[in-house]
Amino acid sequence: MSAKTKTISGKEGQVGTTQAIRALLRKELLVELRTLESVPGMSLFAVTTFVVFHFALNQNSVSGDEAAGILWVTLLFAAMLGVNRLFVADEDQGGFDAFLLAPVDRSAMLLAKALALLAYLLVLELVAVPAFGLLLLGPSLGQALPELLVVLVLADLGVAVIGTLVAALAVRTRARDLLGPLLALPLLVPVVIAGARATSPLLGLTHAEHPPARWLLTLGLYDLVFGLIAYAVFDFLLED
Amino acid sequence: MIELDGLVRRYGEREALSDVSLSLAAGQTLVVFGPNGAGKTTLLRVLSTLLRPHSGEVTVLDRRLPQDAWAVRGRVGLLGHEPLLYRELSARENLRFHARLHGVGEERVEELLAAVRMRDRAQEPLRALSRGMVQRVAIARAVLHDPELLLLDEPRANLDPAASELVEPLIGAASSRTRVISSHDPGGGLSEADLVLGLRAGRPALLREAGDVDPEEIAELYR
Amino acid sequence: MYGRGLRTLSIATVAVMGIALALVFFYAPLEAEEGFLQKIFYLHVPLAIVTLCGFVLGALLAIQHLRTRDPRWDMRAYVAIHMSLIFAVATLITGSIWARGSWGHWWVWSEPTLVSFLIVFLLYATYQPLRFAIEDPERQARYASVFAIVAGAFVPLNFLAVRLSTEYLHPRVLGSSSNLPAKMQLTFLVSLLAIALLYGTLCKYELTAKHTRAQLRALRRRLAGDGAGSRTPQGRSAEPRLTLSPAAGPYASPATGASAPRGAGA
Repeated sequence: MSAKTKTISGKEGQVGTTQAIRALLRKELLVELRTLESVPGMSLFAVTTFVVFHFALNQNSVSGDEAAGILWVTLLFAAMLGVNRLFVADEDQGGFDAFLLAPVDRSAMLLAKALALLAYLLVLELVAVPAFGLLLLGPSLGQALPELLVVLVLADLGVAVIGTLVAALAVRTRARDLLGPLLALPLLVPVVIAGARATSPLLGLTHAEHPPARWLLTLGLYDLVFGLIAYAVFDFLLED
Repeated sequence: MIELDGLVRRYGEREALSDVSLSLAAGQTLVVFGPNGAGKTTLLRVLSTLLRPHSGEVTVLDRRLPQDAWAVRGRVGLLGHEPLLYRELSARENLRFHARLHGVGEERVEELLAAVRMRDRAQEPLRALSRGMVQRVAIARAVLHDPELLLLDEPRANLDPAASELVEPLIGAASSRTRVISSHDPGGGLSEADLVLGLRAGRPALLREAGDVDPEEIAELYR
Repeated sequence: MYGRGLRTLSIATVAVMGIALALVFFYAPLEAEEGFLQKIFYLHVPLAIVTLCGFVLGALLAIQHLRTRDPRWDMRAYVAIHMSLIFAVATLITGSIWARGSWGHWWVWSEPTLVSFLIVFLLYATYQPLRFAIEDPERQARYASVFAIVAGAFVPLNFLAVRLSTEYLHPRVLGSSSNLPAKMQLTFLVSLLAIALLYGTLCKYELTAKHTRAQLRALRRRLAGDGAGSRTPQGRSAEPRLTLSPAAGPYASPATGASAPRGAGA
């Protein structure tokens, strides 16, 4: 027989969690690259939505609260597209079983999927934010960009965690495309509140101001609390 | 190797498996017969740790389920109705993914690709391959981590006689692994079995050494 | 077993509610600014408090369910959340009436409690559709519990975020309950007790009804004979259905209930 290489593990024959996360993430990104199911759709949706907003609001440029609102709603709905597709391949092609049969910690899947979703969100923003700056935003983004990035990343962490949790919950039900957003949107309201309130001063018409610290703290708290809860309950979603 | 005592697995108010008890020694083969819906797949899934037993005692590889499921996982190989492979990825990519999840080296992947004669088509995405080829890759996946216990749900489905012969050393009697096979074929199944279990609506209707079983009795199960 | 004490509880509830009503209408003074309408405060705020506690209770019961795998905890969580959802609708309606009376609009974004409630309501309104969408009863219970825990943690975070973001039209009534004159405080506390008792009683009623139905089903199964497999196909249901062993009599203690191995005392 051949040599088996077991990596760092705690219990007998267990495969280390980092190794498992790497393997899962690799597979995840590979499948996404082949099928291009999530990221292009999300990005295109965001840009199209900006166009729709222009016509719906009948405005050439927006700033401040309005701009923040449009940006966050668009990003959120685009994220829902990604959330809906997150576990579909696994559920339909037996990927859950394959993972459940492996001697790995179940939370590896949570972490790998959340990281994948985070990656998709970051690429989405790479497209959507410049598009927003081009199409709808009045003031220029330049100065506000670094702080905007901080807010976006903090919010993305929350969306990634909740998105993964909700996607795992919804995928094995009958109305999976409907339940995902229905569950995720109320849960993400605090992220929208904090994100929009933090972004609004950055997009001020005359000059960019610093986002109030309390919103960044709220985002951080949200990420922490739901990160921990997701870690605690995820196993129960996978097992039978 | 496997000890079952009063295993019950429910689905709501119905009992998918009801009071199943048996004992299987290492190296032996158990063949499970029964009509569709009898509980054959459920039994295999319980043994593989995918399903928790609802009551009764289940011991697999000297470990109690469900408490010690984590210790059993890497040592069991399951071949189900689904190949458990991603259609967009190639055979090699799929097997490497499984190898990493089980802590198995890449040489083993190449070894098995050669054993199932899929090396020359190992780069193509699975959706481009025939069902028989996919089944071969699935078999490779099931034995990739060299499991002590093999659980095979109608393993010869979708395989032509040549392919069937090909996989014999991996999952057949010659592999000298402990095996639990679910089968619809009374003739072939009996010849491989050491122990025979007949299920009907979740209950054990027949449990005997293979030598004492008459193919007629197996046909009875399906009526 | 659930039925025990139900009558006492019901009587207590009716009694306290009666006292509360009496206090509200005859004892508590009329508030200077809002007049008679302000009295809806004694209904709206206790409803809000009990509802929120109910949702958090649901989360705690769900944690117990996941820890013990005993389906009865899921039953209790279901009833707690389901009842809280009804109370939440009542909270929204009374809040809306109050807003209309005080500020002239049926809905105001500036009252953080009302806004938070709307979001929480929208979230928990998905609880039953979620359950209904899962056919396997065991998985349904498990997923519902996960949801209940996540949603329970969400409730306080949501209140925090909304509170931070809202500008107030009026000084917060809830915050100022400590500044209420003594008579109002007493009325408020009694009303709170009344609503809490109402919640408890209604939950107990529902639990008793479900348990009885489960026992009835178990007896029917036993009568039909212990045939293999299931005879009556179960319809899909969002409600958790307890499976009791036929041996559990109407006054059996919970220990011989749902998870008892077959054949025990049969």
